[in-house]
Amino acid sequence: MDKVWIHAEMGGDKPSTITLELATKARALAGTVEAFYAGDNADAVAQELGQYGVSKVYAVDTGGSLQGPAVASAMAAQIEGGNTPDLIMFGSTYDGRDVLARLSVKLDRPVLTNNIDVVEDGGAVRCVTQIFGGTTIVETEFKCEKPHLANFRPKSFAAEPGNGTTASVENVDAPEKARVRVVERHVEERSGPILDEAAIVVSGGRGLGAAEKYSMIEDLAKALKGAPGASRAIVDAGWVPYSYQVGQTGKVVKPNVYIAAGISGATQHMVGMKGSKNIIAINKDPEAPIFGIADLGIVGDVHKVLPALLEALKGR
Amino acid sequence: MNVVVCVKQIPDPANPGELDPSTNFLKRDGKLILDESDAYGVEMALQLADKAGGGEVTLVSMAPNSETSGLRTALAMGAAKAVLVSDDALKGSDALGTAKVLAAAIKRAGEADLIIAATEASDGYTGTVPEQIAAILDVPSITFAKHIEVSGSTVKVQRQTEAGFDEVEADLPVLVTVTAGVVEPRYPSFKGIMAAKSKPVDEVKVGDLGIDAGQVGVAGARQEITSVTAAPAREAGEVVEDDGTGHEKIVAFLEQLKVI
Repeated sequence: MDKVWIHAEMGGDKPSTITLELATKARALAGTVEAFYAGDNADAVAQELGQYGVSKVYAVDTGGSLQGPAVASAMAAQIEGGNTPDLIMFGSTYDGRDVLARLSVKLDRPVLTNNIDVVEDGGAVRCVTQIFGGTTIVETEFKCEKPHLANFRPKSFAAEPGNGTTASVENVDAPEKARVRVVERHVEERSGPILDEAAIVVSGGRGLGAAEKYSMIEDLAKALKGAPGASRAIVDAGWVPYSYQVGQTGKVVKPNVYIAAGISGATQHMVGMKGSKNIIAINKDPEAPIFGIADLGIVGDVHKVLPALLEALKGR
Repeated sequence: MNVVVCVKQIPDPANPGELDPSTNFLKRDGKLILDESDAYGVEMALQLADKAGGGEVTLVSMAPNSETSGLRTALAMGAAKAVLVSDDALKGSDALGTAKVLAAAIKRAGEADLIIAATEASDGYTGTVPEQIAAILDVPSITFAKHIEVSGSTVKVQRQTEAGFDEVEADLPVLVTVTAGVVEPRYPSFKGIMAAKSKPVDEVKVGDLGIDAGQVGVAGARQEITSVTAAPAREAGEVVEDDGTGHEKIVAFLEQLKVI
């Protein structure tokens, strides 16, 4: 490919991990990699992304609105002006999906989503996706004119700096007027590592029996300096916020150790954690699918095993 | 306030999914049910219409074989009526094709102040359809809402972010996608179930919506599945019955990994 664009986002005060993953892959695919970024400190972003092979950052002013229509309209304006990449890569993130979807309508192009890889084969571009809880791998080929639009799950690619320098910054207009106003941003307090970057993740599920029992999961995560997670079932039940969810509709985690407590292992959950290096499962039901992928499975009651485990870890 | 809710009728997620080997499309020829993710949107719509002092909740759905069982569940919860698009020409439609159809169905449903959808369906989970619908209808959209409030002609939403949440607002009409757990969906009452049987379902074809058949189905999708393979299976390790020493096995395992 000649040119690939990526949608760049911040994670805290630096470009997010997924952004660096996309830049690394884009660099392997194409001679020219450029990024679209909406937010503060475009110069600092350009400096960091330059290290990852990005040569230019298009800085978009959203006028205090959500990114979707604004960034999509800025991309579409470039394309209408003849600046057309072969592929535009997005993270499967909140804002990434918004921009991708808006752009697909503007350009009348299909989207391929939730990919874990992209391959170029002759003139063909194919995206690779896992379906059915990661048991089946599907390759899908674009049958339309460029630019091809796709998003990728976090941790699909390794983030590795190249030997690039700083990227240039070009301020571009967002022709589409902002209609959603961001009134205030709330950053939730967090103690310990964030879920998708923690080396140890402890997740709880329906087997905990009641919302207040989730504190056992938090205590164990804390004792192991890990992050607490959850199955969709207890997020749907309102026991913990959506941001805790591990799975197809939540976070993808690949920690060194994943402990699943009271989680049966619905495909929806497994797709988010089966890439973990070591998996420990505790569940009452010996037939629970989670035992099919666990390195250590304890068939037992989480209400007995977890307190005993917490006690044993005390003072270590 | 009139609210339109996009609902999907999907194969029961309790059963493993399957691709049709001749087309590589997801098999959906068995009984379909209301996607659990959509129950939150239906409940939210009913509560918001109620708070606004009235108005109708209308469902829109696209499904094969004139399927209505999932729609009846949502009608039994309290929605007033539904528009169902069912047409063989839709087989193989992608996210954009689906959005074109649903956007046209929403227009057919009448003036909507608010359009609600789930963040993504449980079976296909492309996660782009609602935002594509908003783009086609040219209305503002707020995805990943965890709290919605309508006051006058403004909608205020708490939107999930990586770091926490944003407070955002926009003027109606707006499309909002809701995360699961945002409200507690009601169980349909017996009276509701009985009433749902006679609520109107306006079944239409692609042609009735003024959409060209080339925009939807396989032709509109402009993509082709070129290979389907089994992923390498992860092997199961040791599974032991807890005899009161299960926690010791976990401690030993963690020690061996040198994480404690």
